[in-house]
Amino acid sequence: MRSKLLLQNLLRFPLTVPAPAPSEAALAELAAKVNDNAQRRLGRSLSIREVDAGSCNGCELEIHALNNAFYDLERFGFHFVASPRHADVLLVTGPVTANMKQALERTHAATPDPKWVVAVGDCGRDGGVFAGSYACIGGISAVIPVDLHIPGCPPTPMQLLQGLLALLEAQ
Amino acid sequence: MSVSALQTVLEVGQSVVEHRPWPRVVVTVETWNALIEGLSGGALTMLGLWGEMGMAHLALREDSSESIVVASLPCPDGRFPSVGRLHPPAQRLERTMADLVGLQAIGAPDHRPWLDHGRWPVRHPLGAATTPIGILPPYRFLPAEGESLHQIPVGPVHAGIIEPGHFRFTANGETVVRLEQRLGYVHKGIESLLNGATIDQAARVVGRVSGDSTAAYALAFARAVEAATETVIPDRAHWLRALMAELERLANHCGDMGAICNDAAFALMLAHCAVLRERILRASAACFGHRLIMDCIIPGGVSADLPADGVKTIQALVAEIRRDFPPLVDLYDNTASMQDRTVNTGFVRPALIKQFGCGGIIGRAGGRTFDARRQPGYPPYAQLQFATALLTDSDVNARIWLRIREVEQSLSLIDQILQRLPTGPVRVELNSPGQITEGMALVEGFRGDILVWLRLNADSTVARCHPRDPSWFQWPLLEAAVENNIVADFPICNKSFNGSYSGHDL
Ligand code: SF4
Repeated sequence: MRSKLLLQNLLRFPLTVPAPAPSEAALAELAAKVNDNAQRRLGRSLSIREVDAGSCNGCELEIHALNNAFYDLERFGFHFVASPRHADVLLVTGPVTANMKQALERTHAATPDPKWVVAVGDCGRDGGVFAGSYACIGGISAVIPVDLHIPGCPPTPMQLLQGLLALLEAQ
Repeated sequence: MSVSALQTVLEVGQSVVEHRPWPRVVVTVETWNALIEGLSGGALTMLGLWGEMGMAHLALREDSSESIVVASLPCPDGRFPSVGRLHPPAQRLERTMADLVGLQAIGAPDHRPWLDHGRWPVRHPLGAATTPIGILPPYRFLPAEGESLHQIPVGPVHAGIIEPGHFRFTANGETVVRLEQRLGYVHKGIESLLNGATIDQAARVVGRVSGDSTAAYALAFARAVEAATETVIPDRAHWLRALMAELERLANHCGDMGAICNDAAFALMLAHCAVLRERILRASAACFGHRLIMDCIIPGGVSADLPADGVKTIQALVAEIRRDFPPLVDLYDNTASMQDRTVNTGFVRPALIKQFGCGGIIGRAGGRTFDARRQPGYPPYAQLQFATALLTDSDVNARIWLRIREVEQSLSLIDQILQRLPTGPVRVELNSPGQITEGMALVEGFRGDILVWLRLNADSTVARCHPRDPSWFQWPLLEAAVENNIVADFPICNKSFNGSYSGHDL
């Protein structure tokens, strides 16, 4: 059974989409930070630690999709890791709930420098539909410095990919 | 408590006229206590328990008569007799009522805060909303004592791409003696955001209570609004909503099947299931304009009709899944090393499932037939043919098989919907009753039954809205499921439940 499945997949055409161009908006945002970029030569293989800082879990679903056969994030040298200690990039979602603020700060502190912080989703940008709540700080940049925003509710895997590719370009 | 107990409540209590479609009755303390006995005796199932200033609400279902009622107990002094004292499923809900509204459950066995971690600028945000004084004492986990026991704290930030929550394991060597969950990390203050919101704003927020169930939440909210305003929506809208809800179920069940197997290091299954999931999301984007179907179900109908080639797109999708899914089922069935991890792992006693009124996959894999699509039911399901999938083994394996059966079921439902999709408009203007009205809805999401209760002001803004995620009655059972399993099997037990953190923390 297993060998049949594997064989079939060798014979079928791959599902993977061609590499998109990096997002223009992301390149512009990163270019504005060109001065600190000089200190951040991390190479073209980036380890990503995902942190949910209060998301509705919609953003997580699309981040997961980056690993499927269509987007195959690892072909670009990106790779999700289990610990912030191993990470070059923090990929943060959610409007930063008050209850997650400290955990986010600690995760950020545990990530070795140099590092990139990417705020994902409309929530990550400014709190999205949850902005103004007593329980949300609203926007990742209100808690830790953010290098790149990838807005959307949730951003599609393609938008995420274009944003992340801009990180590679910016180095 | 006798079979007709709920009927008795209806007769002695004072019924609230504007509450639809099921009655809401203002009850006395005596009746409240009788209902608690009905819950602990098993004649009644709790559908929800929530509060507002001066009032506690308890939504109930009587299994024998299939009737549903909301009992409301006035508590002007902010106190009410604890339901959790005799009926443990209510305990976390009561702790939440204390945190959010400031209502005290008298006689409750556990007074620790639940969602309030002492980090908000306000106390009792849905109640008196005062400024917090002093800091909360550190959270006390329940003790587990014995020789050679050790604790393993996990979270709130977990190793995978998942939501945050804290798990405190007490283990004896490899074996879990106790798991205690601490949730609330993703509490966003959703109920407060809904107070005073317009219906449109509120629909967007409720659609984001738990992103993976956005269509089901939007449907529950829309149905509650339509019940309150007595708006009748066009037939075609009902059918399109069911189409969206079944696509959402399909996508999540496929995703879960891969994710559970991946936690037993069977990455091949994840790779294949993730492809199926992606195909479903792409078809959804092509037909409804959003991969996760967010904001497509709206009060009054659906936001847009299918595009011209919509039916064809979904038919092609169904054909693809029918071709690619069965080999994956065979693969699961014939991989002994996989079954070794799932059979007898994470067993939940069916008695607990019944007591907690636990719905969805976990409920139906443990012998509880409840499915909100059938009972209380909503259109168009009465016109569709589907058999409730039911298993009794109540382990990880049963929860996988239940998902497999429900993938097949959803495919068949989608077929039927596409064949019989009525023509006509897909949305109407909502009625504006010009007075305070209340509505409630129960909808079957992929995870189980979602309850939405709301009260609308005379100007049609939201006065109060309470969404209750199925996870409330599932998370506690995960604590029971992992007992006596090895620590290394926790991830696979947890994935087989796939509780929502966001939906629970609100
Ligand atoms: S941006 Fe949208 S999808 Fe992402 S966490 Fe916020 S509400 Fe959910």
